[in-house]
Amino acid sequence: MNIVACVKRVPVTEATPKIAADGKSVDASGVEYMLSFYDDLAIEEAIRTKEKLGGEVTVLTLGPSEASKELRDALAKGADKAVILKDANFGARDARATAKALAKKLQELNARVVFMGRVATDRDNAAVGAYVATLLGWSCVTDVVKLELAADTGKACRETEDGVETVEFSLPAVITCDKGLNEPRYSNLKGIMAAKKKSVDEVAFEDVANQQAVAKLEPPPARKEGRVVGQGAAAVPALIDALRNEAKVL
Amino acid sequence: MSTYRPLDYMMLDDQFSEDERMVRDAVRQWVTERYLPLAMEHFEAGTFPMEFVPEIAELGMFGPTTPTEYGGAGLNNVAYGLICQELERGDSGLRSFVSVQGSLVMYPIYAYGSEEQRRKWLPLLASGKAIGCFGLTEPDFGSNPGGMLTTAKKVGNEWVINGRKMWITNGTVSDVAVVWARTEQGVRGFLVEKDRPGFSAPEQKHKFSLRASVTSELVLEDVKVPDANRLPKGEGLKAPLGCLTQARYGIAWGGVGAALACFDEALNYAKQRIVFDKPLAGFQIPQKKFADMATQITLAQLLALRLGRLKDEGKFTPAQVSLAKRNNVAIALDVARTCRDLLGANGISLEYQVGRHMCNLESVITYEGTHDIHTLAIGQEVTGLAAFR
Repeated sequence: MNIVACVKRVPVTEATPKIAADGKSVDASGVEYMLSFYDDLAIEEAIRTKEKLGGEVTVLTLGPSEASKELRDALAKGADKAVILKDANFGARDARATAKALAKKLQELNARVVFMGRVATDRDNAAVGAYVATLLGWSCVTDVVKLELAADTGKACRETEDGVETVEFSLPAVITCDKGLNEPRYSNLKGIMAAKKKSVDEVAFEDVANQQAVAKLEPPPARKEGRVVGQGAAAVPALIDALRNEAKVL
Repeated sequence: MSTYRPLDYMMLDDQFSEDERMVRDAVRQWVTERYLPLAMEHFEAGTFPMEFVPEIAELGMFGPTTPTEYGGAGLNNVAYGLICQELERGDSGLRSFVSVQGSLVMYPIYAYGSEEQRRKWLPLLASGKAIGCFGLTEPDFGSNPGGMLTTAKKVGNEWVINGRKMWITNGTVSDVAVVWARTEQGVRGFLVEKDRPGFSAPEQKHKFSLRASVTSELVLEDVKVPDANRLPKGEGLKAPLGCLTQARYGIAWGGVGAALACFDEALNYAKQRIVFDKPLAGFQIPQKKFADMATQITLAQLLALRLGRLKDEGKFTPAQVSLAKRNNVAIALDVARTCRDLLGANGISLEYQVGRHMCNLESVITYEGTHDIHTLAIGQEVTGLAAFR
């Protein structure tokens, strides 16, 4: 079975983004990167699927050459090969253009099951997974917390605010992974050495114009200064009043 | 805990290969996520977290330079050094556990053992299914191991071993001990399994240092082992000393890790702690301390890296290891004491790492050749004259 994990290199979550001079993009200077949190779950699930059903795991990303660092980690954990769709402009690419590039490559790779993170922690769109499945006409199961896969079918649990939904679907499919699906493994030292023999291929792709462009980027408004309502037990009624009538959270 | 950003003043990151960095980062992540949350608890309780042994093995940290055919990961020595650095950033007791298993048990079996001993023990030790310890030091012979009183006498096809070993890391939790004993032919090494009659390994308690590590006495009373348990290729005192050279190499890197941990914690603290209306780090006395520590840590990093490259080129000497171990542990202890001081009263709390590292390093500066003994080793190398006696 050809298994693919689509992943994205994103700024580290503790980074405070600075808006660039153009007012439309994030200033990339001094920013450190990591693999998007949920994509680690996608890689882990891809490797587990290979361990259970056999096949080959490809890790695919659209991004800069520097993403090879994150892809090497995935190879060390047990993925077989890695592909970078090299995109100098990836920070500004919209979900549709990203999905089109990925979908084309997934067809070339003859993918049967594709894992992605539930959402990328930078743009917070949660759009590419569903987009890719739609473009390919495949099943799409999002926010999966439990998964059983067979050769042609699958059963997945999705956690919603109202409870757990269990769905059955046919392959090929795009599955987006949510927290709880698995506990990603650490790269082990033998795996790191084995990964030296595996390839990270950088390939060009047919550029698709964005349909959507960022017009303006603004930081969140500064938080209002706090207010001390009183001290000790005597302050409790004032606190309850503030929570109920000002903050309206009670 | 804020994100760990170890000092890299001279951009040494560039000097490591991609796989060396990956090894370092994998171990760093494991220490941060798995070990550190429990470090204080185990130090306080005086216990080693044995539950981590399968994880350490799964990551491949036991004897990682051992060839893959014997269950190792076939890493180079710089990568191994970085593992020691990251483990000791967690706790010297954690690094000691891994050092003993790799450098003092797997190494002598690989270097001095028979093919049968290698095939039997190395995969068990690499996978953490067996734990080992190394018995050289005795109650009355530390710096002068040549004075050892433990003996092994050949009776038929067996050896009968008698004696006591002291300050043995992992002794009580070991399945096998590499025991060095005097024979009629000179010093020899023996593999002694824990269930041999007459062998016991009581734990040494009441330590204020390396509390999250098991330290033991080994008692051998007419312990019989077959000749097949003798390490056939290790002859004379140079065999155990060869093991110590391996372990000291890891300690030279480990010292850097402990120093980096203390420096990082003290720097974060001093930037946040407000005294007289500004951060502690903004005053001249703390700045002098940070400048001195940054310089010393950087020198230690350079020394460890150069030593590692020499080892990988097959060119390093025991005298070079002495210099690196002596220097790097001394600066680590000095950094730990300075950082403890920078944290004020908080520095004596186990809620912070500096006090724990400081106490641990009192052992590290003593074991595997005391600071003073390494001084004499360097002195002998430089002058050509031995001043040991």
